[in-house]
Amino acid sequence: MKPRHKRITLILCGLASLAVAAVFVLRALDSNIALYVTPSDVFAGKSPQGKAFRMGGLVKKESIQREGMTTRFIITDTAKEISVSYTGILPDLFRDGKGAIVQGRLEQDGQFVASEVLAKHDENYMPPEAKHAIEQAQKK
Amino acid sequence: MTPELGHFALILALMAALLQGLLPLIGAQRISSYSAQWIALARPAAQTHFLLLVFAFACLAQSFLTNDFSVAYVAQNSNTKLPAMYQFAAVWGGHEGSLLLWVLMLSGWGAAVSLASRQLPEAMVARVLAVLGLVSIGMLAFILFTSNPFERLLPALAEGRDLNPLLQDPGLVFHPPMLYMGYVGFSVAFAFAIAALISGRLDAAWARWSRPWTTAAWVFLTIGIAMGSWWAYNELGWGGWWFWDPVENASFMPWLAGTALIHSLAITEKRGAFKNWTVLLAIAAFSLSLLGTFLVRSGVLTSVHAFASDPSRGVFILILLAVVIGSSLTLFAWRAPKVGVGGAFALVSRETMLLINNVLLVVAAGSVLLGTLYPLLIDALGLGKLSVGPPYFNTVFVPVMVPLLLLIAVGPLARWKHADLRDMARRLRVSFILALLAGAIFPHLMGIWTPMTALGSLLAVWIASSTVFQIAERLKIGGGNASASFWGMHLAHFGIAVFVIGVTLVGGYQEEKDVRMQTGATVSVGGYQLRLLDIGAAPGPNYHADVGTFELSRNGHVLKTLYPEKRHYFSSQMPMTEAAIDTGFTRDIYVSLGEPLDNQGAWSVRVYFKPFIDWIWGGCLLMAAGGFLALLDRRYRLRVKAAVTLPGSVSA
Amino acid sequence: MKRFLLPLAAFAVLVGFLAMGLMHDPREVPSPLIGKPAPAFTLPQLHDATKNFSVVDMKGRVWLLNVWASWCVSCREEHPVLVELAKTGSVPVIGLDYKDQVADGKQWLEKLGNPYILSVVDSDGRVGIDYGVYGVPETYVIDKQGIIRMKHTGPITPASLAQTILPLVKELSQ
Repeated sequence: MKPRHKRITLILCGLASLAVAAVFVLRALDSNIALYVTPSDVFAGKSPQGKAFRMGGLVKKESIQREGMTTRFIITDTAKEISVSYTGILPDLFRDGKGAIVQGRLEQDGQFVASEVLAKHDENYMPPEAKHAIEQAQKK
Repeated sequence: MTPELGHFALILALMAALLQGLLPLIGAQRISSYSAQWIALARPAAQTHFLLLVFAFACLAQSFLTNDFSVAYVAQNSNTKLPAMYQFAAVWGGHEGSLLLWVLMLSGWGAAVSLASRQLPEAMVARVLAVLGLVSIGMLAFILFTSNPFERLLPALAEGRDLNPLLQDPGLVFHPPMLYMGYVGFSVAFAFAIAALISGRLDAAWARWSRPWTTAAWVFLTIGIAMGSWWAYNELGWGGWWFWDPVENASFMPWLAGTALIHSLAITEKRGAFKNWTVLLAIAAFSLSLLGTFLVRSGVLTSVHAFASDPSRGVFILILLAVVIGSSLTLFAWRAPKVGVGGAFALVSRETMLLINNVLLVVAAGSVLLGTLYPLLIDALGLGKLSVGPPYFNTVFVPVMVPLLLLIAVGPLARWKHADLRDMARRLRVSFILALLAGAIFPHLMGIWTPMTALGSLLAVWIASSTVFQIAERLKIGGGNASASFWGMHLAHFGIAVFVIGVTLVGGYQEEKDVRMQTGATVSVGGYQLRLLDIGAAPGPNYHADVGTFELSRNGHVLKTLYPEKRHYFSSQMPMTEAAIDTGFTRDIYVSLGEPLDNQGAWSVRVYFKPFIDWIWGGCLLMAAGGFLALLDRRYRLRVKAAVTLPGSVSA
Repeated sequence: MKRFLLPLAAFAVLVGFLAMGLMHDPREVPSPLIGKPAPAFTLPQLHDATKNFSVVDMKGRVWLLNVWASWCVSCREEHPVLVELAKTGSVPVIGLDYKDQVADGKQWLEKLGNPYILSVVDSDGRVGIDYGVYGVPETYVIDKQGIIRMKHTGPITPASLAQTILPLVKELSQ
């Protein structure tokens, strides 16, 4: 092969692999991002159907109930409330009256089943998503 | 008084950085009659700069150790009850102190260059040190104007707020310094690249000079990342070793770019090829380090460990980022077109292999960057808030890494310029068979066969066996004269095989149980039994804790007693989970306490069986050790005259 | 040779996005409460737990609600500014002691001076949630009708007091 051809072959191979990589990346992004929504969005029907998403807000005071390893509680943005159930160990900073983010799916009966619960690792700040949810609700 | 001295030392350090950054650079252009003196200024300026920062750092450490809560930063990050080791580590536990550590590391690398560069031309040294000085000016101005760690708080607090409990772990004492050593260390490779672009001398000698510095930074970064992962595993209480958290990604992107840079420097040194590409990678590796600092310090990303963030600081550091990276890319666009292409090579050759390695690593770094910035991008465009989780990174990362791992076994066999495909195939025959066998059989021995565990076992054995055979071949023809870089490369590649084994087996065969346990209850995991003997209270220096007592046994043999804790820190009222881990060569048993469930003394307890997890960090340490061995190579200590006469050097 | 400019161009785009990301800072988002009635609350006073304070008590006056806590380091930075303000007597300041112990709060004011006409105790942070308290300290300017006119996040500096808060208070008092 002539050097010129070699160079072109190399460049073509590079471009082809980049294209393949780009396709992978975009597909992965499409199927693996989790949207943040607020409880009010859920009531307005703006949450993804049949797909996992993240919901931010405050854990309503005195709403935490335990049943063995399953915990039920209410996430609120001060306007609307959604009840959530989670089986497993909650993060250290999960407490009532505090901000939290839950990731999971909305079931047919309106119950949110969380696969993951996140709480911010700082006492005095709310997770921005939880704050965002409350601000959105108060604007209305 | 001490804090004022420290503050003053910082100001003097800025002056020293100004001297170091400006005069030698002008001197090296040889336009003034004082050029020689100005060039000669570079070394003493760099050393003074470093000493002043060491002094400032010592002042801050002194304020911490004497509980001087009249210093705002100390009051925010320390406490009289904090154990002395953590009081010292708290120096870099917050925003201001970690920046001071950053710039201390930067000046430290500069001082190291000034001491270990006798064999380099004076003008080159002057330019390299000047570039480091310029970066330091920016960082020091950032500290002095927006994040002064010595700011007084009057009247003084009687008691400090305490260090974030998450950071009270032995891992934190060493993790940030190592990590910063690494990612600040890429500044040297960057400085060499910029110096070479300014001088127009982009040749094999330049690649040889910057290679050991790049490798050294890479070694520190590798250790730093591994320690961070180990810290997260021990301290966060989730039992994972990597979370694709933005802060982790911030250190991982420079590592990927740095790994690509190490390989591409090899081509440039040996064959004089890909010079522009190598320079661009050197700029990219350091730019990603700066970007990481920006992401962590500005708070634009939400992350589980966004400890300190402030928007005005964000603006400053963004401007700094824009100036440093923008000007170096402009310089690149101006100078790069004049650089020659270098030696020609065949399609099957070591050059091609290394090129593919580079493309894959850069694609990997790019996909991490995209995943990290995507939420920010969408938010900035007003399209809503979202998060990109580990599934994205896993789906993208595995397909990119598999060909790279396959290539590790092949690349070192290929000759420069033109490789014989048939010869390579012959030498890889046995490894190929072993890898296939491992993929088919090994997962059955561990449990269930799955495509992922088969693939992982295959790759690990493929890399490990080919590495061992190559070393054996070399020993047969006389291993005595094998260079340190030969051993370093193979050791690092072998480390990757160990790492792959760890990742595969943890991913495929770990067991996780969240259970409700009462005193006397037993849970079994991975063939081991854990019995809860007792949960009681215990005091600590700055917290009180609930401590569980668990008896670990296997087939009736008691192996060990484990004590996981749930701590409640006094000052911050923050609960913290301290897992108890029994570490073994082939497995870890991990127990952590959840919370009390009812009035009968039952707790939720998390129990993990983690096969081969320590191999992950062991593999990283082997990689780092390989890098360290390569540093010892004799040729880096050759004088410059010898270097230019070597056949590999193709001048620009 | 344009291809050598590509990295620079890509970087410029990136910087643009990062800058936009910075703009989206939560601190600069105006509080949704501005222009709305201050959320009502009745809380016990710090220095006399038997007495309560309600938002309606301040009806007809322009006042500041300052959220503070003894554990808050930035509040110390702000405190001298408030003490100076109290000396001028230009506007009454009510303190909301946020998630704090009564004893700690009292001790703090004894040591550093008390600029508040009174403070109320929000020990569980419930009122803080109604006000959307994000970080302490925060200050609200509330007008004669009990409407929130402004929210200041972070410590008040002499400059922010002189340039924004006091002019607003003056305007509202007329």
